[in-house]
Amino acid sequence: MNIRLDKVSARHPAAKRDAAAALRDVSLKVSAGEQIAVIGPSGAGKTTLLHVLGCALLPSSGSLQLNGRDPWRLPRGKLQLLRGELFLAPQVPPLPPRQRVVTAVLAGRLPHIGLWQSLRSLFYPTAIAQADAALARFDLSDKLFARVDRLSGGERQRVGLARALVTEASLLLVDEPLSALDPTRGQLAIASLTQAARERGATLVSTLHHVEMALQNFPRIIGMRDGELAFDLPAAQVTPERLQALYAQHLHELTGPAREALDLPAAATPPAVMQCR
Amino acid sequence: MTSVTARLPMRPALRDPAWRGRVFWALAGLLLLWPALVLTEFKPWVMIEPGTLKSTLKFLGDFFPPKVEPDFLLLVARETWRTVAIATAGMALALLLALPLTLLSVRVLSVSALSGRMAGVPATLRQLVRWLLIVLRSVPELIWALIFVRVVGLGPTAGVLAIALTYSGMLGKVYGEILESGESHATVSLLRNGSGRLQAFFYGLLPQNAAELTSYSVYRWECAIRSSAVLGFVGAGGLGQQMDASMKMFNGAEVSTMLLVFMALVWLADQASAWLRKALG
Repeated sequence: MNIRLDKVSARHPAAKRDAAAALRDVSLKVSAGEQIAVIGPSGAGKTTLLHVLGCALLPSSGSLQLNGRDPWRLPRGKLQLLRGELFLAPQVPPLPPRQRVVTAVLAGRLPHIGLWQSLRSLFYPTAIAQADAALARFDLSDKLFARVDRLSGGERQRVGLARALVTEASLLLVDEPLSALDPTRGQLAIASLTQAARERGATLVSTLHHVEMALQNFPRIIGMRDGELAFDLPAAQVTPERLQALYAQHLHELTGPAREALDLPAAATPPAVMQCR
Repeated sequence: MTSVTARLPMRPALRDPAWRGRVFWALAGLLLLWPALVLTEFKPWVMIEPGTLKSTLKFLGDFFPPKVEPDFLLLVARETWRTVAIATAGMALALLLALPLTLLSVRVLSVSALSGRMAGVPATLRQLVRWLLIVLRSVPELIWALIFVRVVGLGPTAGVLAIALTYSGMLGKVYGEILESGESHATVSLLRNGSGRLQAFFYGLLPQNAAELTSYSVYRWECAIRSSAVLGFVGAGGLGQQMDASMKMFNGAEVSTMLLVFMALVWLADQASAWLRKALG
C-alpha cells in the first residue's frame, strides 16, 4: 500500500487543548512493499504516527493518503472496509484472557470473512492449519489450544504478532513488537514479520526501541523526536552521531532494551487481569 | 501531626473538627426519618399487643412441623416445577429482548467513536435504546402481571410475560454496564482493524466479560424465581399462588413447606452460579 503524509499533525483525543501535539507537521512517502522501522526516544510520537497511518486517529491538520485516497473523506462503511486492509498491532497484545490462542490468532481474519463464518469458527476453528503455521513462525505452535491467560507476557506478545500473519492486510503497522521478548526470540520475531510482509508484498512499518535490531533488519529508518521527523534515511546512512543526536538526554534508551522488559517473567507486560465484582 | 502540635506554642484543642458536622447530619437524618415513619404508619408496638400477639404466635406455631403429606408434597413439587418454568421461560424471553437492546446501546461497539467522538445518529440511537430500557424496567413486574392477568387470564402465561418485560430492561441495562466497564482494548483493536461490530462482540467483548455476564444472569434467574412467587399472589400461577391460598387459610404448615422449597431453589441457583463461574473463570 502506498502512503503519503503531507504536513500531518495529530494529538491524542484525550489530550488537553493547550498540550503540544503528539505529531507535528510530518511529511512522508512510502511505496508499496517497503519496510520501515521508526525509532526515537519515548514520547517522540512513534505510536501516534502508527495510529494515524492505521486510520485509528484523525489528523488534526494535514492530509493522509492511502493508495491515493484520503481515507477520512470516505463514508464510514467504506472507511471500515479500508481498515480491513490495514493491520495495527498495539504494543500490549489485545487478547481477551479467557480466549484460546487459536481463536485469538484467527481473529486477525475477521475483516476478510463474513459474520456467519466467524461464528462458525468460534464453534469449530475453520483455519486451524493457518493459525498453526502463523504460530510456528514465532516458535509457539505448541500453544495452539492453550488459553491466553496461561501464557507468559512474551508468549502473548508473539500471539499478537502471529495474528498479523493471518490477516490479508496490505499495510502492517506494528508497535514495539519486541518489548517483552529476549534478544533471540526478538530476532526470530522480527525476521518472521519482515519475511511474511515480503512474501505477500505488504508494506511494513514498525516502531522499535531496539535500535540495533532496527538497523539490521530494516532497509529504511525513520528517526522521530518530539513529534517531528528527525531523519528518514537508508539504514546504512544512520550514523552513530545521528543516533546520539536523536537520543540526546535519552541515551539510556539507546544502549538497549531495559533489563526489566525482557521475556523471562510474565509480569513484563501488564497482565490482562479479569476483575470480578 | 505530632510534629505540628509540638511546634505550636499553644496546645490546640485535641478535638475532632468533623465531630460537630457528624452530629448535625446524624440528627438531621433522624429528623427526616420521622415523617417517613409517620407516613408508613410504622407502629411496631402493635405486634406485642396481646390480641395480635396471640394470633401471630398461633400462625407461626403452625409453621412447625411443616406439612409433609404425600398428596401435598406432590402438589408442591408440581407447582415448584411450574415456578421454575415460569422463571426460566421469563428469563429466556427477557434475554431474547435484552441482547439486541444491549448490543444497540453499548458504546464500546461504536465504529464512529473510533476516531474520537461518536457520530450524531448512532449516539442518538444509543440514547433512545437506553430510554427504552428505562421504560421497560421502571414498571414493576407486579404491575405487568396485573395487566397481563387481565389480557391472557389467570395462569403462568401472565407471569412469564411480566418477568420477560421487566427483566429485559434490567438485563439490558446491567449487561451494558458490565460490557462498558470491562477492559475494552481487545474489542477496540478488532474494530480498528476493520472487523464488524458483531464480530468484535463475539471475538473481543464477549470472551472478555463472559464470566460476569453469566453470574449476573444466574443471579437474575434466582430473582425471577422469587419474583414469580410474588406474582403468584396476583394469580400468575406457580408456588406463589399456592402460598397465597395457604396464607388465606392461615395454614402455617403448608406455608413453611413452601418456604423451605424456596430456600432450596435459591441455594441451587447459588451453586449453579458458583459452578458456572468456576467453569468459565
